[in-house]
Amino acid sequence: MTQAIATEASVVKVRVWRGKEQGEYQAYEVPRQPSQTVLDIVTYIQREIDPSLSYRFACRVGVCGSCAMVVNGQARWTCRTHVDKVAQDGEIEIAPLRNLPVVKDLVTDMAPFFDKWAKAKGQFQGDTTRHDEFARVEPESKQRQAVDLAIECIGCGVCYSSCDVVSWRPDYLGPAALNRAWTLMNDVRDTGKEDRLEAVGNDAGCLACHTHTSCTELCPKQLSPTASIAGLKRMVR
Amino acid sequence: MPGTSTLERRLFRLQRLSAMVLAVCLVVHLITMILAVQGGLTAAEILARTRDNTAWLAFYLAFVLMVTLHVPIGLRNILRELTGWPTSRVNLASLFAGFVLLTFGLRAAWAVFLA
Repeated sequence: MTQAIATEASVVKVRVWRGKEQGEYQAYEVPRQPSQTVLDIVTYIQREIDPSLSYRFACRVGVCGSCAMVVNGQARWTCRTHVDKVAQDGEIEIAPLRNLPVVKDLVTDMAPFFDKWAKAKGQFQGDTTRHDEFARVEPESKQRQAVDLAIECIGCGVCYSSCDVVSWRPDYLGPAALNRAWTLMNDVRDTGKEDRLEAVGNDAGCLACHTHTSCTELCPKQLSPTASIAGLKRMVR
Repeated sequence: MPGTSTLERRLFRLQRLSAMVLAVCLVVHLITMILAVQGGLTAAEILARTRDNTAWLAFYLAFVLMVTLHVPIGLRNILRELTGWPTSRVNLASLFAGFVLLTFGLRAAWAVFLA
């Protein structure tokens, strides 16, 4: 029903967050187009109505992960979200990602998010050089399969924005950083496992996860950070 | 701070291990309750079961001990997330809750044994 109304209406009523941490929603009316995405709406507003609107995007096709915003209360990739799907009675509310400082309008500062990847020792540590043989990783091995399930993260921040524990405990590393740590803990070539487990095996790391599964529910890549964090919990000694 | 991490990991483990024991305790406790009230519930009937019975005393002492371990750790996490208190105050409040649980728990277990 909602879909029918949205399709028939010639305009979409959009409320967009303007300002920084303090600010307000501003209302716009955007002409309705077939197969229109939420990113199309934001782009239209900036190009045709109000050039002062700030937002972030790059690829427009769900590869780069830079256009995540909160659409009608839920964090999403705006480039892969059709207006038909999310408009409620032809209306859309667009806000910046939660749990991150707002730079301006729809742009958040992603630095705290990626700083936590570094804090979770999200960098690969190896002890071989280009002169050594390639490592042979059996595709069917249990560890490689675990990596496969978690490796496709593109760092969009949707999970981080949707995590209750991050909002309660600002020092919590969050689903994406812990998911990254999990992939490296299962990488047979990696030599930094002990340090990494020390970095994530505490109350600001995997032990703090409440298994609310918002990250898993909303991950646009259908990954399960919840399962990765559960795996880390089992590794902690 | 590796010291803090070690403490947090110990508490995490302790909470899960105590939960495993508590699960068994709760099942035994509930089944006993359901069976016991079949013929109506009286204080006399309960005391007849527990008085001078070291098996029930041991069971409820274990129960109380596990509650004393499990609840304050959980409460500590909840307080920390919801109140934003400094860790020292959260620890103190949780220890106090543990003390209250232990005192009243032991008192109840002991009372029905001696009654």
